Amino acid sequence: MTVQQAGTPEAKGGEPPGGVRGWWNRNQRILIPYIFIAPNVIVFTVFMFVPILLAFYISLNEWTLIGTPTFVGLGNYLDMLEDSEFLRAFYNTGVYTVGTVPTSIALGLVVALGLNRKLPGRTILRSIFFVPVIISLVAVALIAGWIFNDNYGIINAALSAVGIGDVPWLSSSRWAMISLIIATLWIRLGFNMVVYLAALQSIPTELFDAAKVDGANSWRRFRHITWPLLGPTTFLLVIINIIYSLHVFDLIYVMTGGGPGFSTTVLVQYIYQMAFTEGQMGYASAIGVVLYLLLIVFTVFQWRVTRQGESV
Amino acid sequence: MATLRSALPGRGGKEPRGTLKGANLLVWLVLVIGALIVAFPLYWMFATAVRPKKEIFGGGFDLVPSTLVWSNFSEAWNKLPWDQFYMNSIAIAAIAVPITVFINLLAGYTFAKYRFPGRDILFLLMISTLMIPIQVIMVPEFLIVSKLGWVNSWWGVIVPRAAEAFGLFMVRQFMVSIPDELIEAARLDGAGEFTIFRRVVLPLSWPVIAVLSIFTFMWRWNDFAWPLVVLQEQSAYTVPLGLNLMKGQYFTDWTGLMSMSLLSIVPMMLVFVFFQRYFIQGIASTGLK
Repeated sequence: MTVQQAGTPEAKGGEPPGGVRGWWNRNQRILIPYIFIAPNVIVFTVFMFVPILLAFYISLNEWTLIGTPTFVGLGNYLDMLEDSEFLRAFYNTGVYTVGTVPTSIALGLVVALGLNRKLPGRTILRSIFFVPVIISLVAVALIAGWIFNDNYGIINAALSAVGIGDVPWLSSSRWAMISLIIATLWIRLGFNMVVYLAALQSIPTELFDAAKVDGANSWRRFRHITWPLLGPTTFLLVIINIIYSLHVFDLIYVMTGGGPGFSTTVLVQYIYQMAFTEGQMGYASAIGVVLYLLLIVFTVFQWRVTRQGESV
Repeated sequence: MATLRSALPGRGGKEPRGTLKGANLLVWLVLVIGALIVAFPLYWMFATAVRPKKEIFGGGFDLVPSTLVWSNFSEAWNKLPWDQFYMNSIAIAAIAVPITVFINLLAGYTFAKYRFPGRDILFLLMISTLMIPIQVIMVPEFLIVSKLGWVNSWWGVIVPRAAEAFGLFMVRQFMVSIPDELIEAARLDGAGEFTIFRRVVLPLSWPVIAVLSIFTFMWRWNDFAWPLVVLQEQSAYTVPLGLNLMKGQYFTDWTGLMSMSLLSIVPMMLVFVFFQRYFIQGIASTGLK
């Protein structure tokens, strides 16, 4: 399988065995893999592994970037419990996640099931559903901010035209979160659709043909063949969508700025604000660590389940 | 990957046309309405960008602008140093793509085709960082980048993201499918290890190179959170930072904001139109974006 000991360096012949050259010839089998991964590993170490460890360390200090850090142990973590804005951000992250994950997966599945049929123009339809996936979230936030604009947005204009009054999409705490969730569905639908389509196309059609012969209607075929076979894909999508929801920053930062008040501030944004607006590096890092641990729980959970099912 | 690819759109030949009867017609209508809803925001961005400014605050909503005012673009362009923002964005993407592709390709190949102590644990460690949002490591990352003197520099955006867990994962998956015999044969012919990579593996890797190049371009072009931290001077801003700045300064100039948003997505739209199947392939084969 893998190439461990193959071809001898001496095959090239003629080189004296001594000195740097000889050392290289003797050891290159062992060294080459490490040389090949070196650029990657160095970048990973300096810009990922080291920062993770540093984040843990900084989180144990009180530090404003200027001056020396003061060691406060778990003080930052204890502060979190009494920080109502942090708790609000934590809660908002949960609401946003619950509001986006099941809905976007369900929409993705419905569209994928439809587009899996042989329909005229389905290639174009697929492309249209997919396009929002590639657009920058800053542009998405601006477009959504304009469409949901309280005073001049098209949605409120349409609502008043049919006699429903204006909805305070962005200026009320409740509606601002709903606007964000709707904007998120627009981006996620195409992504989930593509993953589901790939899974659907790997289901052998013989299964359906057999079920048809047995007289199963399309709902029963979905319920007993498609849905179980899509299980691993659905599970993967749930985890990925949860992770994406915990990551969301650009969209909220530009569209609502976390407001009104703290009604749409999520954890990643709170971390950014604490660090770069308030200058509380230690506290910001502590929240980062909490989020990191939260994500590890999801990842380990996913890993265990997929290992058990021997799938994906 | 091969089976996936055959299932993707745009692979030569015509798809068999379905018929629109009964249930199919209903499904088709629902999908078309759904597609119209999904496409509407993009249309609305365009319609706003080219609308006469006074129609914006009219209160009504005409779906089609009365006239097309293309000068909205130049007017918005002149409000901020957009040429500088585009220069920065293009330079960052153009430098990041080859670097990212090269180091991830080499590493992904090595993880797939060599056996060496520490391989599996190292790979697992690197892949496990996929789920870490930048905010978690933002503070220490910023300290490191400023120690290197890369604040306000293109390198501060490019280098920390050059090793991509996603890219590494994707390349390794691909490389596993390259037959060992090819590599073995080249080795018996006395080819050096890097020569094997360059002459044997690289020519077979174009599909994954294409996917990774396109994704890297998309990531760097759309990047916002990290550049927001590293690029603090306006002269270093990228296009998304420029859009955010414009929103802060001219928040009622919706024609201007929409025209610049539209302009900013044109490069990605072009890449999408030409390489659509690579996007879909990349997502479908890894389940990640």
